[in-house]
Amino acid sequence: MSESDVTRHGVQGTRPGREAPTGTRAGRRRRRRGRGEQPMVPDATFSSYYGKPVLNKPTWKPLDIAGYLYLGGLAGASSLLAAGGQVTGRPGLAAPAKLGAAGAISLSLAALVHDLGRPARFLNMLRVLKPTSPMSVGSWLLAGYAPLTLTAAATEVAGRWRLLGSAATAASAVLGPAVATYTAVLLSDTAVPAWHEGYRELPFVFAGSAATAASGLALAAAPTAEAGPARRTAVLGAALELGAFRTMKRRMGLPAESFDQGRPHLLLRAAELLTAGGAALALFGGRDRRLALASGAALLTGSAALRFGVFHAGVASAEDPAYTVVPQRERLAARGR
Amino acid sequence: MSEGDEVRGNLLYGPQPDVAGASGYPDAPPRMGFFTDTSVCIGCKACEVACKEWNAIPEDGLELTGMSYDNTQSLGADTWRHVAFIEQRKPFGGQEPGVAHEDVDVFAAAARLGTDAASPGPGATAPPPGPAPEGAPAGQISPLSPDGRTELRWLMASDVCKHCTHAACLDVCPTGALFRTEFGTVVVQEDVCNGCGYCVPACPYGVIDQRKDDGRVWKCTLCYDRLGVGMEPACAKSCPTDSIQFGPLEELRERARDRVAQLRAAGVTDARLYGENPEDGVGGDGAFFLLLDDPEVYGLPPDPVVTTRDLPDMWRHAALAAASLAALALGGFLRRPR
Ligand code: SF4
Ligand code: SF4
Repeated sequence: MSESDVTRHGVQGTRPGREAPTGTRAGRRRRRRGRGEQPMVPDATFSSYYGKPVLNKPTWKPLDIAGYLYLGGLAGASSLLAAGGQVTGRPGLAAPAKLGAAGAISLSLAALVHDLGRPARFLNMLRVLKPTSPMSVGSWLLAGYAPLTLTAAATEVAGRWRLLGSAATAASAVLGPAVATYTAVLLSDTAVPAWHEGYRELPFVFAGSAATAASGLALAAAPTAEAGPARRTAVLGAALELGAFRTMKRRMGLPAESFDQGRPHLLLRAAELLTAGGAALALFGGRDRRLALASGAALLTGSAALRFGVFHAGVASAEDPAYTVVPQRERLAARGR
Repeated sequence: MSEGDEVRGNLLYGPQPDVAGASGYPDAPPRMGFFTDTSVCIGCKACEVACKEWNAIPEDGLELTGMSYDNTQSLGADTWRHVAFIEQRKPFGGQEPGVAHEDVDVFAAAARLGTDAASPGPGATAPPPGPAPEGAPAGQISPLSPDGRTELRWLMASDVCKHCTHAACLDVCPTGALFRTEFGTVVVQEDVCNGCGYCVPACPYGVIDQRKDDGRVWKCTLCYDRLGVGMEPACAKSCPTDSIQFGPLEELRERARDRVAQLRAAGVTDARLYGENPEDGVGGDGAFFLLLDDPEVYGLPPDPVVTTRDLPDMWRHAALAAASLAALALGGFLRRPR
């Protein structure tokens, strides 16, 4: 088998000279890292069209869409903390959570509109309601959720219309979990291997990540005496996020490799360390204000790193034809064709 | 399977004999499509040019890739027909000098041999095949030609939007810009698309893409405007070898089956259809192909599945995850036993 690839930059690898077989590309050379997980699928040789991707990669801008995923999660879970804080008489926890939810969801909407190729047509999102389109469902969800959080935050700031504020807080807490998890369906409902093949676990990863982000914000902003629920939510969220992510990678097969290479690998490694570290600080930091701030910052950054890592891993898996072709070949072989 | 399952299954997945009907056209014309027979494609790219001309698609770079004669590389916003070009060291089926010239009277030609300088006869251009080189199994095509040259074949294939029975691009479009026409094809309404880009990673074939300076997405319309007035699409019209055939899908499928049988009988055992099966992962393609090698060699996915097949399951998992998130926050607020 040839050890060279002909790319637009010329021949790479050993030149096989006149023996060059044409039309096939030798299988990938695995970029293995010293540490980290061992590959779960044996090296596969496959054919491709000059190594070009089968799929068109997402055109989304990373900052906009990964940011949108992150802020949506932060907002959704913050609404839960806001409602909990309100019901259990922790105004110092409820207030920053309400403001955080409103701020995050506004920014996330801005990012979504900014990413559109035709931002002026953003209202077309509400032209139809299509259950087959997670983006359509999400748009309607946000159209209901964003005004509720804004109302909750506005009444909090104004200190008036308490009843309206409570109702809005409660309603936003009902929609919040859906806002935090539907974004996983948004990614999974594509042909992108690393997103689609994780569709069972990704919503749980995002749910955990949303919980850690929101509790991070609460830990940083709420008085320590009232931050107990945020501390516990942080620990539970971190456990859910890290556990679901491991399960996802284990079950995914070949495309899981794209989480362990290059930039996604760095981002996800950072996310793991920050989330675990932040949760540990929250658990053992007691009522030290500075430790709470550090823990909050770590959790917020960790959640963001996770979203960017998942985003970039998906793009990388769409750019390499191996992740499209090899699993499909295996599927065909399993069906006996 | 209950009846409800079947109905739902056919909306998102599985065979769907009446695509236009299922999309709300009561008296739809027959479903139209392409059959691209790559075995006769000569790689002239007339289809690419005709498509660009008719649809007024902007120029998108005239670069030589260095990998082959293919300078368009893949389908995208500004390439709705793409001719793939593959060079292989394999014999092209029953490739033999001098076959299929039944209309040539060899005896008459032989009688003239050596007497007519202007007509050197068949022997001059095609030397008689010598004995098969060692190692070639008896009765099979030899990997080496008689004079020791290596066998070589060029595969050319004109790729296009598949106009899937279950089109992921259409399913995920939040604005309804992508729609199903009465001909069963899939078309973008450019006055509705807001450039959200969701359809781009949803397509399992990598067809639809965003035009950067314009913001919206573009792809093959199967010349919806021409179909409407009873004309065939520009690419099929321009194809000099009839590699691109246009017509009612049922008819094309029949013709394709005959063609595969014919090629196989002629020794082209590699010939196979791609995308014609209504039982496949996208419910069958409206534009399907006859290929001479594995689909991935041409840059096509070997077993594409419409992503929305799993959508009900995705929503279920997301609902469970949302419930866990709520439970988790509730757990956070529960007082620890003292
Ligand atoms: S091939 Fe892609 S762009 Fe064409 S109809 Fe199917 S999903 Fe849509
Ligand atoms: S980019 Fe346009 S056609 Fe594609 S999903 Fe978005 S609105 Fe629909």
